[in-house]
Amino acid sequence: MKTDEVPQDVLAYKERDKIRKLMYAVDAEGHYTGVNSSGWEAENVAMKEAWTEIETELQETLAEVKAGIASPLAYYMHQHLMDVSLLSKYAGIWQWRVKRHLQQKHFSKLSEKTLAKYAAALNISVATLQSLPDNK
Amino acid sequence: MSESSLPTFQHYQHAHCESGVTTNLLRHAGINMTEPLAFGIGAGLFFGHLPFLKVSGTPATTYRIWPGAIFKRVAQRLKISIKTQKFSSPEKAEAALDAVLAQGIPVGLQTSVYFLPYLPEAFRFHFNAHNLVVYGKEGNEYLVSDPVMEHPTRIAAADLAKARFAKGTPEPRGFMYYIQEQTTTPNFEQAIRSGIKQTGFFMMTPPIAWFGYKGILLLARKLKKYPERLSPRKASLYLGNIIRMQEEIGTGGAGFRFLYAAFLQEAARILQHDEFDNFAKELTEIGDAWRNFAFNAARIVKSRSGTLVSYTQLGDQLKSIGLREKDFFAALRKLK
Repeated sequence: MKTDEVPQDVLAYKERDKIRKLMYAVDAEGHYTGVNSSGWEAENVAMKEAWTEIETELQETLAEVKAGIASPLAYYMHQHLMDVSLLSKYAGIWQWRVKRHLQQKHFSKLSEKTLAKYAAALNISVATLQSLPDNK
Repeated sequence: MSESSLPTFQHYQHAHCESGVTTNLLRHAGINMTEPLAFGIGAGLFFGHLPFLKVSGTPATTYRIWPGAIFKRVAQRLKISIKTQKFSSPEKAEAALDAVLAQGIPVGLQTSVYFLPYLPEAFRFHFNAHNLVVYGKEGNEYLVSDPVMEHPTRIAAADLAKARFAKGTPEPRGFMYYIQEQTTTPNFEQAIRSGIKQTGFFMMTPPIAWFGYKGILLLARKLKKYPERLSPRKASLYLGNIIRMQEEIGTGGAGFRFLYAAFLQEAARILQHDEFDNFAKELTEIGDAWRNFAFNAARIVKSRSGTLVSYTQLGDQLKSIGLREKDFFAALRKLK
């Protein structure tokens, strides 16, 4: 890549345009040098794809919570970009138990102690954990 | 505390977090270091694809060596005495950090980007191998030199504690590292040679198909089967993840290949060996091929209509890159 080929594809999305990262490129004399880049279309596409997937999953989960199938825990797990394995580690609760607690029928029977573990793992209050956000 | 009594640290922006932190810590200690040199001496270049290890639902792909290795190896090869520590609790980790800072020593930390509020939200996934330098503390805030940022910044102590004790893979467990003393004048020639030797070894010899050039060929084979094996949504997500590992913040472009080529140029100068310049040129071309690969992959992701043909072409493109890297590193290992 030559210095004048370093892409400058600005993306105003989730503060992406806050950083101009450093790239390595070859100057006219053939020497490597650092060049700031606003971003590249290819990587912008991939990044947005990852976020779109998260947003899609979150919307699907939201529908399931509203239908009374999934628990609010499932919603907050996705909102915090976690999966069962990661939430299990943060909360210190076995994965098979976390999986059950993503269902409303099991979640509704949880003790205060277990709820508190999840709330702490997600950095929210126990009251918040038990329902969806007001605007949802 | 007044402005003037705050510790100072010369911040330089770099492409990659760990080689950047290493460079800035060494420069602070008075050693004439550049990011490409740190990356090459630390043998940072690598390739790995682990289909069975899922990170946030996608198979793990890496273009670099495991976290923590670069700093350690640079220090070893330049005979710089360092200290590294992990902790059982955030409280102990914070106390230890504060004690070192109180001596005026800047400290490298392994963190999760998810808990670093100063980074753009776009990058803040649960990625636990981000390195930064903390060089002072004021009240409840730490002074931060994060090499991917253009300028130094600050972070609340509570946020830093979360970032240092993130869970998942890998777990930083408060990992911190700093330079204790420098005893002798570093021998760059020897360090460069052993760095290159190690990278050649890691790219060429692992008997398992997940690592080195074999890992690239493995990914090429796997990728061709995405349309048969995965839903279009998953296939496009997997592909997107490869692009992100290769190009998203921190690689300097083409999954560290440009950074390593820059290192080879510096090696040519320091070792006074012109042949390394030719290797740098060839790796630049391989890097350009990686960029083409990412460009084509992004087109499939964007169109969301990846056909068997397009994935097959992409797999073939990757295979040819893998074979080129095989030849490249085989020749580099032979260069005296």
